Amino acid sequence: MAVFPSTAAAGQAERRSHGTGAGTGTGTRRGAGANGGRGGRPRSQRAAYLFIAPIALGFLVFYIWPLLETFWFSFTTFGAFGGNSWVGGENYERVVRDVTVGKALGNTLLYMVMGLMTLPVAIVLADLMNRRGLRGVPVYRTLYFMPFVTMPAAVGLVWNWLYNGDFGMVNEALSWIGVDGRYWISDPSTAVYAIGVVMIWSHVGYYLIIFTAGIKAIPRDYYEAAEIDGAGPVRRFFRITLPLLSPSIFFASVICVINSLQQFDLIFVMMSPENPALGETQSIVTLFFKWAFDENSQGAAAALAFLLMLLIAALTYVQFRLQKRWVHYA
Amino acid sequence: MRRRTLLAGALAAAPVAAGAATGCTAGGAASAQGAGGRVTISYGMWDPLQVAGMEKIIKAFEAEHPKISVKIQVTPFTSYWTTLKTAMRGGSAPDVFWMNAVNLRLYASEGVLEPLDPYIERDGFDMGVHPPELLRMYTHGGTRYAMPKDFDTIGLWYNKELFDKAGINYPDESWTWDTVRDAAAELTDPRSGVHGIAAEMSRQYTYYNTIAQAGGYVLRDGRSGFADPRTIDGLRFWTDLIDRGRSPSQSAMTDTRGRQLYLSERVAMNYDLSAMASQMYAEPAIKDHGGVAVLPKGRERATTIHGLAAAISGKSPNTEAAWQFVKFLGSRKAAEIQAREGVTISSYEGTQKTWIESMPEFDLKVFTDMLDYAVPYPASKHTAVWENLQPQLLGGPFTGKGGIEEAARTLARQMDLALEQEK
Repeated sequence: MAVFPSTAAAGQAERRSHGTGAGTGTGTRRGAGANGGRGGRPRSQRAAYLFIAPIALGFLVFYIWPLLETFWFSFTTFGAFGGNSWVGGENYERVVRDVTVGKALGNTLLYMVMGLMTLPVAIVLADLMNRRGLRGVPVYRTLYFMPFVTMPAAVGLVWNWLYNGDFGMVNEALSWIGVDGRYWISDPSTAVYAIGVVMIWSHVGYYLIIFTAGIKAIPRDYYEAAEIDGAGPVRRFFRITLPLLSPSIFFASVICVINSLQQFDLIFVMMSPENPALGETQSIVTLFFKWAFDENSQGAAAALAFLLMLLIAALTYVQFRLQKRWVHYA
Repeated sequence: MRRRTLLAGALAAAPVAAGAATGCTAGGAASAQGAGGRVTISYGMWDPLQVAGMEKIIKAFEAEHPKISVKIQVTPFTSYWTTLKTAMRGGSAPDVFWMNAVNLRLYASEGVLEPLDPYIERDGFDMGVHPPELLRMYTHGGTRYAMPKDFDTIGLWYNKELFDKAGINYPDESWTWDTVRDAAAELTDPRSGVHGIAAEMSRQYTYYNTIAQAGGYVLRDGRSGFADPRTIDGLRFWTDLIDRGRSPSQSAMTDTRGRQLYLSERVAMNYDLSAMASQMYAEPAIKDHGGVAVLPKGRERATTIHGLAAAISGKSPNTEAAWQFVKFLGSRKAAEIQAREGVTISSYEGTQKTWIESMPEFDLKVFTDMLDYAVPYPASKHTAVWENLQPQLLGGPFTGKGGIEEAARTLARQMDLALEQEK
């Protein structure tokens, strides 16, 4: 993930949100207050800093430094074979002026929306999988998780075959129910959604695991009490599961927004350069790649990456502000 | 050692080699143990299909130059240019490497290529043996930077069996755009899933040719030609064929390329590269009833010419040895070995016959006949920047969504912006 400078922001947010959500309910805020070490001795404090040091150093070297460097690069232009010179705001001007940027930004936001649709799917699946008496849960869990640990390049290639307009399995399956298939990933009107489906498919397992853990942490008593009061499964889901799962949902949505805004590998693998739908599927990060490595304008690419980081930071900030309204820490 | 080989090179190598060959096998074996003064240079290329032929050329070269040995470095085309650029920065680039028109200006203007002019003049090497369009492609600011090795033109490949079935005469020099349109209509047979032609969205194979045939242009004096009505005519030739159902749409041809459709006999006509002849020759059905003709005439006659060349890295510590090798690559002897291998057309004048005769079933002469009106593949300093815009902006019209005029004009505006950035 740390290939792109913009992941600096991602890393930051991920770290923060891990604290808030991962424990599903046992927020770090409280944790931090409890062993906050106000009365700690200098010696134990030194030990604490020693323990923090490796990660802090890594953070400085691999996240903060590249971040600053990217910012600096965004005001320079690179020679094709090394050396860079100051050009001021010219790169940002290009970002604003280039039509492909607007298009890529729109696509990226579309990927974000599609990415967020993974969450309800994962919640429903997690709820179903936690039904008492269901057998073979580990098998299902493995099946759902497998795509997530598979290399995106492999996922992309396999789906390219499935989507093939002439001999693909998707069209074959559709023909059984009398639907005429199309060229899913080379038709400009469907390509972006076709990629979205693969994105959801390959990430649902990850969120499923998070939500399963979250649901497991909800005390059984609540459900029993609700059952005695006559609440059906639907009502129990909306009144107990969802609210008590909200810290996990919050964590998942932060991660999900960050991940889908950085959508790159699937597009890169699935869309060949002569694909007529290329422009309709380009994301900010694929555009970044193209500028930096195909077109030799690393400076403008750095500006683009920096703007993406700002966008991610802003959206993450908004999510943290909004959490007070809907996240319940039990 | 240098004096002697310089002489050999000036005489264009051919007669010298025979005499030298005997003495050199022994010399080569002895120096493998690392005799003093021996240099090894590396040669970067991307096509694995050409490695076998190149090794033969290198063997012949080493026979003439016992103190120089050449090592091939193959990098797949998809990563060739990024790898080369990185290697250039790190100082580990090959001494001699393949260059194409798209990248020449960038490399030349950044000063990372060794100018060949001093060597050419010193040795009196006659560059006139290579087609002038190719030489122009590898000249930047009046200086020559690379030695042409081969060239490609585009021809109209057709399937005789499908033509016979439709009762149409085979394409020849008399064909025009209208003939193509009519034939494509006749040849299209939805019931058997056969299309008349493959109107693929491809710069080199399709629309750069018809743009020139329509009297338009892609790039002239640092300005885009895509807004020119004639250029748009050249593009519309293809999108019309798609709109009328004479060709699969670009969406279909992304999943299965036009060349594959031609090889599997699902299209009757396909505009394709001369270098693909050997691949077609390997397909029994196509070898049996495939044919090739000159490109049909639009307002004018034209075909795109492109070719590869060998350049010397400006950072190479062995530029003299590298030049000896490059000079050999540009010689008749190397060209003949290459032509015999049948992979591609050697650019050295007079050696094309060997290639043409290597596949007698095809009328490969059409590819050299077209040299008279060949148009060089357009390139600027940052060619990739505006080339990348083309599939993005032309994609819609090539899938049958219409709007080619508008798309071409947008492309022209964007391309001009990109060209402005180059200055």
